[in-house]
Amino acid sequence: MDSLMAPGTFLFEAWQARASLASGLGVTLLSSAFSIVIATVCGIAMGVALSYGWWWLRLLSRLYVDLMRGIPVLVLILFTYYGLALFGVNVAAFWAGVIALGAFATAHVAENFRGAVESVPAGQMEAAKAIGLTFGKRLRYVILPQAFRRMLPPWVNTGLEVVKGTTLLSIIGVVELLLSAQQQMARNYMIVEFYLLATVLYLIVNFTLAQLGALLERKTSYLRY
Amino acid sequence: MIDYHFDWSVITRNWDKLTDALLLGLLLAVISLAIGCIIGLLSAYARLSTKKWLSLPAWAYVEFIRCTPLLLLIFFLYFGLPEFNITFLNKFESFVLSLSLYAGAYMSEVFRSGLSSIPKQYVEAAKAIGLRPWQRQVYVVLPVMFRITLPAVSNNLISLFKDTSLAAAIAVPELTFVARQINANTFRVMEVWLTASALYLATAYIIALLLRQVERRYASIR
Amino acid sequence: MTEQPLLQATNVRKHFGAIEVLKGIDLTVQQGQVVSLIGASGSGKTTFLRCVNLLEEHDGGEILLDGDPIGYRMIGGKRKRLNETMVSAQRARIGMVFQQFNLFPHLTAAENVMLGLTKVLGKNHAEAKDIAGHWLARVGLGERRDHYPYQLSGGQQQRVAIARAVAMQPRLLLFDEVTSALDPELVAEVLSVMQALAESGMTMLLVSHEMLFVRDVSHHVLFLDQGRVAQAGPPTEVFDNPQSERLRSFLGRFHGIFGR
Repeated sequence: MDSLMAPGTFLFEAWQARASLASGLGVTLLSSAFSIVIATVCGIAMGVALSYGWWWLRLLSRLYVDLMRGIPVLVLILFTYYGLALFGVNVAAFWAGVIALGAFATAHVAENFRGAVESVPAGQMEAAKAIGLTFGKRLRYVILPQAFRRMLPPWVNTGLEVVKGTTLLSIIGVVELLLSAQQQMARNYMIVEFYLLATVLYLIVNFTLAQLGALLERKTSYLRY
Repeated sequence: MIDYHFDWSVITRNWDKLTDALLLGLLLAVISLAIGCIIGLLSAYARLSTKKWLSLPAWAYVEFIRCTPLLLLIFFLYFGLPEFNITFLNKFESFVLSLSLYAGAYMSEVFRSGLSSIPKQYVEAAKAIGLRPWQRQVYVVLPVMFRITLPAVSNNLISLFKDTSLAAAIAVPELTFVARQINANTFRVMEVWLTASALYLATAYIIALLLRQVERRYASIR
Repeated sequence: MTEQPLLQATNVRKHFGAIEVLKGIDLTVQQGQVVSLIGASGSGKTTFLRCVNLLEEHDGGEILLDGDPIGYRMIGGKRKRLNETMVSAQRARIGMVFQQFNLFPHLTAAENVMLGLTKVLGKNHAEAKDIAGHWLARVGLGERRDHYPYQLSGGQQQRVAIARAVAMQPRLLLFDEVTSALDPELVAEVLSVMQALAESGMTMLLVSHEMLFVRDVSHHVLFLDQGRVAQAGPPTEVFDNPQSERLRSFLGRFHGIFGR
């Protein structure tokens, strides 16, 4: 045991680095959470616009979605990071990254929302109209509960993409998990070991997220077609 | 934007550099897609196999890649492989290897669902005229599968093309890397990033249009 | 001793899990004969047909094609399953037409016919093309040879499927309810192709609900009931002199047709 934990061994170095890595992991989780929340709220709003909006609203949101799907996330992040500074908005790199990731994921959530809503048979909307529900109530009580289950798997996938996407924040200097692991390597030269350690941590986070999605899917399995 | 004055000369001066970088990214994406398709096809067959020693590793590969950030994979192969005395890969080859492994996992999922969605009657008809097992795969199952999965393959090509931006992180001079370089030298932030975005967008759009044509040509399956 | 039958099935049995679908089927088809299987759905007709072409494996009894056991051979008194290559070779001697046509969707009508000719029989492209053209013309689709399946009607697709099967010059042709999936107005065109084939001396084993056609074209009819042959004989005998209540009630369902 002593020899395993002796200075210069991997376990020793990993133990030394625990605080830095934990803080990196925290930044990863926090930026993911912020981006996912932004994307979910804005994405559903945009999804409604995409499915039910006036023609100009549909056009604008469609334009936004296609724009976001054609530009690499890294370019969005760099653009936001350098661009916001021009406006005199002095945001930290962290928030520039969160905004860019959130904007990217918003497009995905919106598109998934549209797909899920369209998969609900048209007769459902008509039946809801026929009993006199207002638009908001038709959505809230009839369409969304049915579309929800279909939205879940792609929503979890978007979540996974966001978590993986937070590694790109390292390029604008945010010390999230990847950069924090690299900083350790610069100190102890244990390149393979620390990359593997970071990989394992990402696997744990993403696997948990995927399992959570599967659990939610089971919980809503009363909705079947 | 209060005091910002656009000066597009920085773009015109660097136009050749930018388009070369764009083409490099496109090339990297196409090579990776090709290798990824081969990996994906083999691992899709492996996953559908009834033999555990084939299906289990293929499953692990797909799940592992799906949960690993691409940037981490790129760094790991670029900086990590030399630690194992694997030093013959330059940064281009190392990046192609990363992107191919990444693409392989996604293609594996696409092909797996394509293969399992082929109606078994086609296979029975192929059996009935006496085609041998591998002939059934080559002449019936695979051609049908490729047509079914074409839209998903197109989407993957566009994703891969966008993912070539990550090559900037190991100094491969593709579009994002070059744009960042020009940005650092000239501080023409808006011009540089608007141009880069527009170039990516236009290319993705053209790829989508071209592949839509291919899909239409092979629309014999309804 | 009469001449060797082309197809001889003896006591053929087949289980799906605990359910016994075929409880010992005996059947003989002589060269040039048309033999029909009739019966309610679930009586085992289709399963038997699929066993003959090895799409299902029978688990008791034997099926001999020209005296060779289908799907296995005897080694030292033991049944041994043939490998896939040998099974494929046996299948090439038997043609089959399916209820759902099952044309290959990525190939044109001509290419559908040519696939087996080039890849199984090893004919060259030009020769295969000639044969395909010949058979497509015979089924009345000479003009449609370059159409894809989705561009053809159901009746046309089924005729291509028949051409695909006949072009292989099989010893025996199996028809599995080939008109059941067709719109009523398209049935006649397919039946007339089958009739012409029967008249040309092709050996055929068919499962069909087209009782008039069966009566017309068959040399021999078997009524299957719950996995057994309940009655067999020439069509006149089976149709005009049903021995069991079940056959009577089965035929009663088609009474309207016979009354016409």
